[in-house]
Amino acid sequence: MESTAHHEAVTSESVDMDAIMQQVAEHKGCGTSSGSGKSSCGSSAGESELPPEIWEKVKNHPCYSEEAHHHFARMHVAVAPACNIQCNYCNRKYDCANESRPGVVSERLTPEQAAKKVVAVASTIPQMTVLGIAGPGDPLANPAKTFKTFELISQMAPDIKLCLSTNGLALPEHIDTIAKYNVDHVTITINMVDPEVGAKIYPWIFYKHKRIEGIEAARILSEHQLRGLEMLTERGILCKVNSVMIPGVNDQHLVEVNKAVKSRGAFLHNIMPLISAPEHGTVFGLTGQRGPSAQELKALQDSCEGEMNMMRHCRQCRADAVGLLGEDRSAEFTTDKIMDMEVNYDLEARKAYQAVVEQERQAKVEAKNEELAALADETSDIKVLAAVATKGSGLINEHFGHAKEFQIYELSAAGSKFVGHRRVDLYCQGGFGDDTALETVIRAINDCHAVFVAKIGGCPKNDLLKAGIEPVDEFAHEFIEKSAISWFKTYLEKVKSGEIQHFTRGDAEIRQGALIADEERKVCDGV
Amino acid sequence: MAYKIVASQCTNCSACEAECPNEAISEKGGTFVIDPAKCTECIGHYDTAQCVAVCPVDKTCIIDAAYPRYQPA
Ligand code: SF4
Ligand code: SF4
Ligand code: SF4
Repeated sequence: MESTAHHEAVTSESVDMDAIMQQVAEHKGCGTSSGSGKSSCGSSAGESELPPEIWEKVKNHPCYSEEAHHHFARMHVAVAPACNIQCNYCNRKYDCANESRPGVVSERLTPEQAAKKVVAVASTIPQMTVLGIAGPGDPLANPAKTFKTFELISQMAPDIKLCLSTNGLALPEHIDTIAKYNVDHVTITINMVDPEVGAKIYPWIFYKHKRIEGIEAARILSEHQLRGLEMLTERGILCKVNSVMIPGVNDQHLVEVNKAVKSRGAFLHNIMPLISAPEHGTVFGLTGQRGPSAQELKALQDSCEGEMNMMRHCRQCRADAVGLLGEDRSAEFTTDKIMDMEVNYDLEARKAYQAVVEQERQAKVEAKNEELAALADETSDIKVLAAVATKGSGLINEHFGHAKEFQIYELSAAGSKFVGHRRVDLYCQGGFGDDTALETVIRAINDCHAVFVAKIGGCPKNDLLKAGIEPVDEFAHEFIEKSAISWFKTYLEKVKSGEIQHFTRGDAEIRQGALIADEERKVCDGV
Repeated sequence: MAYKIVASQCTNCSACEAECPNEAISEKGGTFVIDPAKCTECIGHYDTAQCVAVCPVDKTCIIDAAYPRYQPA
C-alpha cells in the first residue's frame, strides 16, 4: 500500500495585487474555520476558545490555523541539510520526513541566499507570512546556519514569523537561542515516548560525539524531545508536535504520545501518515512497512481528538509561497535571479493586505453560522464524507478533471467538518497513464458519498455514479461548507422519505507525496 | 593516515564537515572530500572517527588505503 504526504498549496491564479484583493474581498462563508487549527472546523474553536496570546500567534499561521490556511502562505528554505539522528522513514539522499516530501531534492541555500529569497518572495506575495526552516536535515544540527538565516530575515522583514521543525535531540541546548531570535513556532517530530517503540523507528543517534544505537538511543532522544517541549512551553513559545503514524509500530502508541505531549503543553498534535515506498530507498520502504489507510488515519486522529487540538489541514508540505505565483512564475525566483534582484520590502502594503484578511475572517464566521442554523433541528446520526474540488478561497471552483487534490469534509447533523486532503495527482508515481487517472481518483475518495466540483464531463460522471459517488456540480463557484450542508440536508431528506438508502462506504487510499511546484516536479521525475 | 569519502554515496548533507575536529572536510565540486593531510582519524580527539559516526550512509566515510594509518606523534 502506498502512503502519503499532504501539503498545503494555497494556489492563486494570478499575482496581480488587485486580483488578490478582489479574491479576498469575495471570499465569504468559507466555514472551514477553526482558529485553533483544530481539525473540527465546522464545530470548533475560534478566537473564543483560545487564550488571546495564543490566538494572536496562530491566527495568521497557515500551518496552525485552518482559517488562515486559505489566506496565507508559508515558505521553507533548506539551509540545514545535516542531521544528528537516523529515522527509518528517511532517505536523506532525498528529503526529511520533518517535511515529508520524499523523492524531491531541496535546493540548498546559504543563509544569505535564503534570506534574500524570502524577502524577495514576501515582497511580491503579501500572503507570505511565515518562514520555516525544516528538513532535509535538522535545523538544530546546523545551528549556525539556521540562526544566521533567522537573524538576517528578522532584520530585513520583521513582520515575518519564524518557525522551525526539529527532531528534538538538540532542542534543550538551543532553547535560549530560539527564544532570542523570537522564533514563535517550533514543531517537534515525536513518534514515541517508549524507547522500545523508538528503537524500531530510529536505528541510531549521534550524540556527544558518539553514535548511539538501539533502545539507549531512543531513550536519549525521547528524553530530549520531552524536555525540549517543556522548556519551550515554559518560555511561551508555541509548540506543535508531529507524529508519523507507522502501522504496527507506533499506531496504538500514538494515543500515549498524544497524552504525553499534551500534558507538557504542546498546543497541537499533527498525526501524519507514514510515507513509504521501496523507491524511496528508506528502511521502511525497503522492508515493505506500509503506511496507514485513510480510515486508519482518521480513526487514530478521532481517538486523539478529545485529548487536544488535532490538525488535519496540514498537508505535510512546504506550502511553498512560490507556489502562489503559479507554476509559470516560480522560475522567476531561482537562486541566481534572486541574487541579482533589487528588493523593496513594503511593510505597509503587507499590513494593509493582512487587515483585509482579518475583516474577511469575521465575515466568514458569520456566514457559516447562518448556514449551520439550517441544520439546527436535525437529529439524524448519519455521517458522510464529501470530497471537494477547489483551488482555494473556500470555493467549489475546480474542474473535476483538473483537481490535483480534494478536500474532504465530514457532514453530520453537527454541520460540516474539514477532515483532510486527498492527493490525486500523479506525482512521482510513473506508469499512471490517462486511462487510469480516474481510477486513481476513485480510489482516493472511495470513502466519500459525493464529490463537489465546478464542472465535470459526462464520462467521469457515469463512472463515479457506478462507483457509488455522487458527482455534484450544481454548487459550482459557491462556498464549500454552505453548499455541502445544503446538499447534506437534501440527502437526509431523501433518506427519510425512502427515496434513497444510506450505506456506509469503504476505505480510501492515501496517496504519497506533496504537491510541489513544477520546477521541483521536474527534479523529482529525474530522480 | 586518513579517511576518505566515497563520492558516489555521499548525500552532500554536510554533517561530517561540522563534526571534524581538524577541519579536514570541505565541499568540492558538489560533493564532500577529506583532506588526507589534515585527517588524524580523530585520534587524540575522539574515540571514533566523527565523520563515520555521523554519516547517514554506511560505508561512505572509509579508511583510504592509499595512505598508511595515522601515527600519533
Ligand atoms: S530527523 Fe529528518 S533528516 Fe534526520 S533522519 Fe529523521 S527524517 Fe531524516
Ligand atoms: S576521521 Fe576524524 S579527522 Fe578524519 S576526516 Fe573524519 S572527522 Fe575528520
Ligand atoms: S556525512 Fe556522509 S553523506 Fe553527509 S556529507 Fe559527509 S560523507 Fe557525505
